[in-house]
Amino acid sequence: MIEIEHLSKTFAAETAVNDVSLSIGDGEIVVIVGTSGSGKTTLLRMINRLIEPDSGRVLLDGRDTRDGPAYLLRRQIGYAIQGHGLFPHRTVGENIGTVPKLLGWEKARTAARVEELMALFQLDVATYRDRLPAELSGGQQQRVGVARALAASPKVLLMDEPFGALDPIIRAKAQADLRAIQRRLKTTIVLVTHDMNEAIALGDRIAVMDQGHLLQYATPDEIVVRPATAFVGELLGSGERPFRLLSFRPVRRFLETGAASGPPIPDSATLRDALEEALWSGRDALPVADASGTVVGRISMATLVKQAARHG
Amino acid sequence: MKPGTVVRIVVLVLLVAFLVTPQSFAFVFAPLTHDGQPAIYTQNSLLNLTLSHIGLVVAATLVATLVAVGLAILVTRPSGAEFLPLSRMIANTGQTFPPVAVLALAVPILGFGSGPTLVALFLYGLLPIFENALTGLTTIAPDIEDSARGTGMSETQRLWQVELPLALPLILAGIRLSVTISIGTATIGSTVAASTLGEAIIAGLINSNLAFVAQGGLVVGVLAILSYDGLRALERRFARRVGAR
Repeated sequence: MIEIEHLSKTFAAETAVNDVSLSIGDGEIVVIVGTSGSGKTTLLRMINRLIEPDSGRVLLDGRDTRDGPAYLLRRQIGYAIQGHGLFPHRTVGENIGTVPKLLGWEKARTAARVEELMALFQLDVATYRDRLPAELSGGQQQRVGVARALAASPKVLLMDEPFGALDPIIRAKAQADLRAIQRRLKTTIVLVTHDMNEAIALGDRIAVMDQGHLLQYATPDEIVVRPATAFVGELLGSGERPFRLLSFRPVRRFLETGAASGPPIPDSATLRDALEEALWSGRDALPVADASGTVVGRISMATLVKQAARHG
Repeated sequence: MKPGTVVRIVVLVLLVAFLVTPQSFAFVFAPLTHDGQPAIYTQNSLLNLTLSHIGLVVAATLVATLVAVGLAILVTRPSGAEFLPLSRMIANTGQTFPPVAVLALAVPILGFGSGPTLVALFLYGLLPIFENALTGLTTIAPDIEDSARGTGMSETQRLWQVELPLALPLILAGIRLSVTISIGTATIGSTVAASTLGEAIIAGLINSNLAFVAQGGLVVGVLAILSYDGLRALERRFARRVGAR
């Protein structure tokens, strides 16, 4: 549980964050979205005290983060940034083991944890553990960066534009992987991005910021259907809205009985995927299969159209 | 083996052979003498002169490195930032003073011998190391600094685990410059009775014996080239490790 209470920060004459309060539940992914200069990064960095707030406070599981030295706080909070920030003079294994080493773990325990994380992030231990970051691809570096942030099993992970340096295809995979890993580890994630698509794809809740103010803090659904201000609507891009609604609703929640022809789509797909497939293959309804491949129902165009509407 | 490496090894072997048995190379220097002058300097053994020459340079560079890197660390900490202009001034002054002037000023205080030379080499060696260390410590990529802080390193841990290792190639480059300059500069220490290869050169100049000048100068030159080369190889190894990102 992270409670942010009336946080404000002013740099020189400019107010970067202006009286922001929000609370983040355990195991949630909260995405802070805004344009550059909106104060989103400043807000994130005040959580682990890389920036000290002028006023207000942050409670982590009920405890004020300002009790105790900042560097000890940061060892309990994962931190991953754009461009990964790996230590170029340390191997992949040493990079991932940074926080365990700072915490004084035994070597064997750190080594085991490094191997576990590398497996989780699909990095072959024998191939990559002793390589230097410069010898890795951008996508691999990014995964090592996140693995390093998760090394000491922090309850909270802060991510600042973590996928910003990746090309679109690798980015989509990285987002899906993060989502899957988060489901497994139940880590609370606070992620900053300027990309509303990323926010909708990842966020359980989205905090929209502009000029230091928190404009809206709600579920993706709510934000798309009822944007709090014109600015939030603009960020969403009005022409995209029906498709955005579809893109975070899974097919499995809208199963209908009945038959449909053609190849099935998985029930984990979104309604947007279903719409695309239906339009592309010219079908009125698609069969839906569960993870084992058994057809469990169908999804019809009528449902898709209904769900894409504002009050669907 | 690369041709460059072969050349280096041959040069090193020749140098050692010459220093251990200078007389066997007398035929090389004999053409430079006239009126039956000796071809090899023998007042002091060339080997001892070389060793004490190297000793002076190493001692002065070690102290200069400690002081320069220490100063650079101090002025790059938030608490020491205000000393930056002062440290720059000290290092620059060291470089502006001609070593001869330092020798002349130091002799009345420290007397004849190695002392004044050590001081001159130390002062002269400070600036390149200080400036390089400063550059190395202040040009660390912001995202790496950010990560170091974000992972929870204390200020001391950041210095030892991130900043100094990343600045090391630049610091080594400074040491290399300083060593090369010092090897040449140390020769003038013999004007105030420091035991260096300058002794052979000065004796040659006084007695107009070109052979002495040549052997002193050659050994100094070879020492400078070999140490420059060796330090650069070391520097490259570290630079590769710190890597282009």
